Amino acid sequence: MAKQYETVIGLEVHVELATATKIFCGCSTKFGGAPNTHTCPVCTGMPGSLPVLNKQVVEYALALGLAANCQVNRTCKFDRKNYFYPDNPQNYQISQLYLPICYDGFLEIETAAGSKKIRIHEMHMEEDAGKLIHDEWEDCSLVDYNRSGVPLVEIVSEPDMRNAEEVIAYLEKLRMICQYLGVSDCKLQEGSMRADVNLSVREVGSEKFGTRTEMKNLNSFKAIARAIEGERERQIELLEEGKEVLQETRRWDDNKEYSYAMRSKEDAKDYRYFPDPDLPPVFISQEWIDRIEEQQPEMQEEKAARYEKEYGLSAYDASLITQSKHMADLFEETAKESKNPKKAANWFIGETFRLLKERGMDAEELQFTPKHLADLIAAVEKGEVNNQNAKKVFEKIFDEDVEPCAYIEANGLKTVEDTGMLETVVDKVLAENPKTVEEYHSGKTKVLGFLVGQVMKQMKGKANPASVNKMLLEKL
Amino acid sequence: MAKQIIDDAVMENVEILAKLALTEEEREKAKEKMQEMLDYVDKLNELDTEGIEPLAHTFSVGNVFREDVVTNNDDRDAMLANAPGCKEGQYQVPKTVQ
Repeated sequence: MAKQYETVIGLEVHVELATATKIFCGCSTKFGGAPNTHTCPVCTGMPGSLPVLNKQVVEYALALGLAANCQVNRTCKFDRKNYFYPDNPQNYQISQLYLPICYDGFLEIETAAGSKKIRIHEMHMEEDAGKLIHDEWEDCSLVDYNRSGVPLVEIVSEPDMRNAEEVIAYLEKLRMICQYLGVSDCKLQEGSMRADVNLSVREVGSEKFGTRTEMKNLNSFKAIARAIEGERERQIELLEEGKEVLQETRRWDDNKEYSYAMRSKEDAKDYRYFPDPDLPPVFISQEWIDRIEEQQPEMQEEKAARYEKEYGLSAYDASLITQSKHMADLFEETAKESKNPKKAANWFIGETFRLLKERGMDAEELQFTPKHLADLIAAVEKGEVNNQNAKKVFEKIFDEDVEPCAYIEANGLKTVEDTGMLETVVDKVLAENPKTVEEYHSGKTKVLGFLVGQVMKQMKGKANPASVNKMLLEKL
Repeated sequence: MAKQIIDDAVMENVEILAKLALTEEEREKAKEKMQEMLDYVDKLNELDTEGIEPLAHTFSVGNVFREDVVTNNDDRDAMLANAPGCKEGQYQVPKTVQ
């Protein structure tokens, strides 16, 4: 019988903090500025410049650590990680090795097999590197240091994950916590959340870990899932052939769905860490921790519980809406504006999720005005627009954030309340369908639906179905 | 701690880490200088440091922070004035393989 293998995965996740300035200087962290317009002697590593720690970085790191059930190192220090590469102007990265800010935490994830704890080994603060672009024309490289010194928190998990599903659940949980805390927007495509995957395989039942590889360059959840599958197969194949898995860093190419080993020279892991003498230690008092604890915003579980209680949503609906803080904010605003939380929730659970899926969008990208959805809900309640047309209007709100009342008016979607016109059409439909009318009178009252449909059709969908129903019953 | 000897293997590793390509002559000279430096520092190993906390900072200050407020303007031209080469507002460096 073929051997059964188990995959063992640990993650190193970097999140870019949502501070206004860099970690050690007063340069802006804004994404997308012209190259090198957010730089100064500190973040370009000029000799003699001195770094000064941004207090907000410590506060964000503490908030994240506490939310992830971590212990706090009351004295934490920065260390220099030495390596030569042009994206790193100081020739060392300021990071934390010996006394990271947080350690020994965990996140709880939901999997098909129930909930599972993923332990967090440690979290530390560090600075990001610049960006290198290869210039084909002159066969040289160009460096932009705008990102150099942007604050990061690196979250190192224990090797507690066993498949891609768990890895993605862990990343989604981490992202959700960051977004709820407001410490990072965690956009994988823009690089504000990056995950390196450490993976090894071993025979099922074995206590010992196999040799692991580290995979880099994973910038979507799908790429992560594919890379995990690819690397698992590659390692199993090696073992089956009686070969050895080498401990190395591999770069995933998502287009080719293949990873290749980075050259060992680039990968020389001898960082010669030592304490950074420019940065004095950070002492974290109990008062400081208490203050951060007090300031922690309402997290997903609490928010969902409140939605159940306050707005009468089902546990399932409340959980769905609160998976994204951004969506929850939009929902809550809509609920308040419309004073109709149940109807508001239905628009999110139904149409919003449907359109997100159809457009291949993330909930974070939603950008309509809650007032617009509230106005649409009011219009439906007042019978000004029927459900079918309301869905069309909502799609416009979703895509272009149109003002619904004006849009309904301009596009003739308003329900016709002209009884005279409705009466003419009802009479016409009854006259055209004598057989159906007969069936109705002989007791087949179900045919009423057909007649309503005919009237709606002739009214081009603009009639209020309730009025049509009522008038048909009167006439019959 | 055992005395560190700078031999050819150590030199090779240092050259890789520092991305240096030394000539035979330079290598011999660097080897000698580095050994001298280590021997000098080695003197510290004569001290008994049992139970003494490592000292990374000579001043007993901590919690030196800045507020999260943008204080720097776009100073690109001045920054790039120090660069050995630049192109389109970026630092130009020898090709790096990635």
